[in-house]
Amino acid sequence: MIEEVFRAEYGRAVSVLTRVLGDLDLAEEAVQDAFATAMLRWPVDGVPPSPAGWIITTARNRAVDRLRRETKGHEKHAQAAVLRGESEPEEVGDVPDDRLRLIFTCCHPALAAQARVALTLKLLGGLSTAEIARAFLVPEATMAQRIVRAKGKIRAARVPYRVPRDADLPDRLKAVLAVVYLIFTSGWPDRRALSDEAVRLGRVLAELMPDEPEVWGLLALMLLVDSRREARLRDGEIVLLADQDRALWDADLVAEGQDLVRRCLRWNRPGPYQVQAAINAVHSDPPTDWHQVVALYDQLMAMAPSPVVALHRAVAVAETEGPERALALVDALDLDRYHLFHAVRADLLRRLGEDPRAALEAALGRTDHPAERDLLRARLRLAAADQQDRADGDHQGERDPHPDPPGPA
Amino acid sequence: MTQQYLLSIYQPDGDAPPPEVLDPIMANLAALNDEMRAKGAWVFAAGLHPPSTATVLTAKDDEVLMTDGPFTEGREHIGGFTVIRAADLDEALEWGRRLALVLTPLSVEVRPIATG
Repeated sequence: MIEEVFRAEYGRAVSVLTRVLGDLDLAEEAVQDAFATAMLRWPVDGVPPSPAGWIITTARNRAVDRLRRETKGHEKHAQAAVLRGESEPEEVGDVPDDRLRLIFTCCHPALAAQARVALTLKLLGGLSTAEIARAFLVPEATMAQRIVRAKGKIRAARVPYRVPRDADLPDRLKAVLAVVYLIFTSGWPDRRALSDEAVRLGRVLAELMPDEPEVWGLLALMLLVDSRREARLRDGEIVLLADQDRALWDADLVAEGQDLVRRCLRWNRPGPYQVQAAINAVHSDPPTDWHQVVALYDQLMAMAPSPVVALHRAVAVAETEGPERALALVDALDLDRYHLFHAVRADLLRRLGEDPRAALEAALGRTDHPAERDLLRARLRLAAADQQDRADGDHQGERDPHPDPPGPA
Repeated sequence: MTQQYLLSIYQPDGDAPPPEVLDPIMANLAALNDEMRAKGAWVFAAGLHPPSTATVLTAKDDEVLMTDGPFTEGREHIGGFTVIRAADLDEALEWGRRLALVLTPLSVEVRPIATG
């Protein structure tokens, strides 16, 4: 129970306490203190009617006690600021929500992208430094240093604790959405804590900024991608969309995501996340209407052109105009360092009856991800068998050129 | 309570641009400084002579070593700076943004001042 409340309310409590105390570290300490107290009290006294309100009130009282002890009459102004906060009415059910301020502070463009992600996960998600370090495969000390440095900059440079004014909001919101989406994609395909946290943040944003279509677009995109989570991996190996067992798709998430996409369409204020959500909505309604997918990628290229988007568009073009046309599009892209570029080339070459092994090797040389490497190695084995069959076929003329894939080793 | 920020202007070493380029830039800079003064943000501003005119002093065991400057190697150095006062980083960054636009393509570093 406390674990649930912690996950759901930690960010809200930190955001309120940051406003009251004017400092992120003090706020975090106070909230952690309050949860520690809850661990002792709730099993005895029972869970209070408003757990979030209880945590915030307790955290505030603890912070006031601590400041009284530590300042002992010094720094009267600091104490006074807290005491003013104390004189506000006790929270019971209706807890003020400062999470939006906290999100915009954590995702301030003056902070490095990695720091924005780490702060968002720590302060809003309540993840520990160790959890975040594990998720991003960096030593805990490195992650701790990153977080301390970012907090130090927020304090010294006075990164403001507020929602940006209207004129700045579109750009600042883009930065926030990018952080949430980065957290989501970092969870792919098997780090569920991150993708779960991203979806939770997406829901919070949608609740707090219900008039921003891109916020809903991002949420829809994450829900639709997430709906295929169970089908995406089989024994730790990646299963491509076309080969997935649709019975494993989460029907509730699909329905919710498609519903949000329809709502976005009615809004008629499209943006990159909404279009990506729409593409995923098409995929969620098999068989995929590839002409629609290409049209949506055209729209995406018009609003947010990038070689990676062009690569995905080419994959769809392979279905509507054939692999030859797609390969010409792919070969024109400057994406040599991206493993997926080579993986897509390999697939198109294979479909054209050419040897994909060099492209597969190139892809293998450009990704460290275990599940992706497994998929590429499996394709390499297939390609080798395929080439062997061709060679044999030339001599004997009687082997099936399309053998079944080899079973798992 | 306001915070002071140092806006450092980084520029490549070498000759200044010709007057037909430089003059309109300096006029825009003067206008921006005037606006900062009018808004109460301006504290101090200065342009510097080239880094080749700098001298570096380093003390060790009561002895002060003197070397022909500048202190940092490289092809870019601080060519001037402005000190402003602002309510928070967003306000400081907005002035910094305006300064960078006037001085395109030079970079402007915004850094909070710890004392004073």
